[in-house]
Amino acid sequence: MGEMQELSTFWFVTVAAVKVVAVFTVVMGVVAYMTLAERRVSAFIQDRLGPNRVGPFGLLQPIADGIKNIIKEETMPGTAAKFYFVLGPALAIMPAVVTIAVIPFAAPLPTPVGTVDMVVADVPIGILYILALSSLAVYGIVLSGWASNNKYAFLGGLRASAQMISYEVALGLSVIAVLLLVGNVTLTETVWKQQQLGMWFVFPLSLAFVFFLISALAETNRLPFDMPEAESELITGYHTEYSAMKFSMFFIAEYAHVVTASALLATLFFGGWDIPFWTGDDMFRHESGWIRGFDEAGAPIPATPSVLITLLTLGAFCAKTGFFLLLYIWIRWTLPRFRYDQVMHLGWKVLLPGALGYVMLVAGTMLVLDQLEVPFGPVYGGVLTAVSGVTTLAFLLFVDRDRVIAGAHRKRNLARRRAGLPAEAGDPAVSS
Amino acid sequence: MTDVLFILFAVVAVGGGIGVVTGRSPVASLLFMVATLASLAGIYVLFEAHFLAAIQVLVYAGAIMVLFLFVIMLLNLGHDYRADLKYGSWFLLSLVVVGLTAGVLVQGLMGTGETGLRAGGAEVAAAIDAAVVEKGAVGVIADPLFTDWVVAFELMGLLLLVAIVAAVVLAKPRARQGEK
Repeated sequence: MGEMQELSTFWFVTVAAVKVVAVFTVVMGVVAYMTLAERRVSAFIQDRLGPNRVGPFGLLQPIADGIKNIIKEETMPGTAAKFYFVLGPALAIMPAVVTIAVIPFAAPLPTPVGTVDMVVADVPIGILYILALSSLAVYGIVLSGWASNNKYAFLGGLRASAQMISYEVALGLSVIAVLLLVGNVTLTETVWKQQQLGMWFVFPLSLAFVFFLISALAETNRLPFDMPEAESELITGYHTEYSAMKFSMFFIAEYAHVVTASALLATLFFGGWDIPFWTGDDMFRHESGWIRGFDEAGAPIPATPSVLITLLTLGAFCAKTGFFLLLYIWIRWTLPRFRYDQVMHLGWKVLLPGALGYVMLVAGTMLVLDQLEVPFGPVYGGVLTAVSGVTTLAFLLFVDRDRVIAGAHRKRNLARRRAGLPAEAGDPAVSS
Repeated sequence: MTDVLFILFAVVAVGGGIGVVTGRSPVASLLFMVATLASLAGIYVLFEAHFLAAIQVLVYAGAIMVLFLFVIMLLNLGHDYRADLKYGSWFLLSLVVVGLTAGVLVQGLMGTGETGLRAGGAEVAAAIDAAVVEKGAVGVIADPLFTDWVVAFELMGLLLLVAIVAAVVLAKPRARQGEK
């Protein structure tokens, strides 16, 4: 029986402190090894070797980099606004390291002193906490760009503020589709509802996933959206004047954002710590105990937290997050950088109206399903998957418009037309 | 613990407010304002108004103030400093306004009836907790907003639309003059 043993105040504080230290340490470790992974994966993509000299397979490279950054000289430009110049990196790193706190990373862990939620802080506002704090991240970048008193840094800062405001809108709207389906904003409930629906939200909300992925890339300022630090245009943008550990701060912040964004993608759209095709790990706090679900009559089925399930679900969460970390690196070394006007065009004229329309579509479909009294389960999810799948396909074809997905014959004719030659016969699309 | 946190947030909020009007550079004023807004959000959390706190940070500190910062930097303001605090009769008038506002606040804090901030106390907090468990942090606000107060809510939206139209109208003639 899933009786719940609540933690006493003393143990609650102790456990919370342990969780804070553990999660912070793990995130910092992942950030350090992300820098190595990025260099090794980019080397693989470009058919090079990458850093492989410090330790076996270059595994001690992040430590060497850290020591280098700490003992390097800190430069302070003579014309910089000193207070804001120092404040900038601090403001950049603060939101980056605290946002991970609300993401649940495993099923509840039973301990002798009570059952421990595997999330640092299960706050009632959940995802809104992440959105609110990550919206503060832009201050660090803008202020350091401005305080550097350098044209390139300043332009980088301005670009960052414009870009982050633009994509926050699309990011928020794509999350709304998830919130509609969950009916709450906490991330523990998001995981639970995906277990109840019997499928991860990436299927019934496929277009929201596409929007979220694009917006999250833009929010983390990574290629193809690294306008604020576009090397070929702005030297390195907002951190041009920074050196040593202050420079490192921006990079730790950027990678910590990437880790949070990956964990969030895994939680919102890929079931969080849920193990697919197995209901044995489903677990949620319900009234006074843990439940696995509801039976036909609507009575709760109790669940028993166990150490094994916690470890397995932790593994599932790490695997999903790791996949998105790899995807981030993969995208960065595959796609070229956008032009600035293209970034703004995509944000305001494609993603914003698209996400708004999609929210209406999801809400409308859900209204119809609820009116027909379809239970929240595979059929419910299946209908949404069909509707979303068609919409996603239509959206991708609209965005693509023959640029990538087109037959060889058609491409050859398009090239001929650009060169001023008559089209080959048999393709009506080109003659129009 | 709650009292200590409240005093901390309150000091930062008031200090930030004073910093906004006394700051010499617009960027400093803006950062003081962000500090004030953030500590107000902290106070909302102490009042169990989690959703309001998140929206405060998300909308005001995270979006509107970033736009302000963008404008300040784009127009490169802040090189000419003039004192905003005028003395003489204006100073007296502002003192009177501050005094009256403080009086209303003190009455609200000390009052025990329906109007007092402390009306209800622990019972109200318990009721809010129960509502959050039932409807979620957003539902507690959204439910009354879109049922009992939907007309007022829509009117607010209309008001904002009017303000946007007014801003566009105000900005237009100036743009034409600039072209000449």
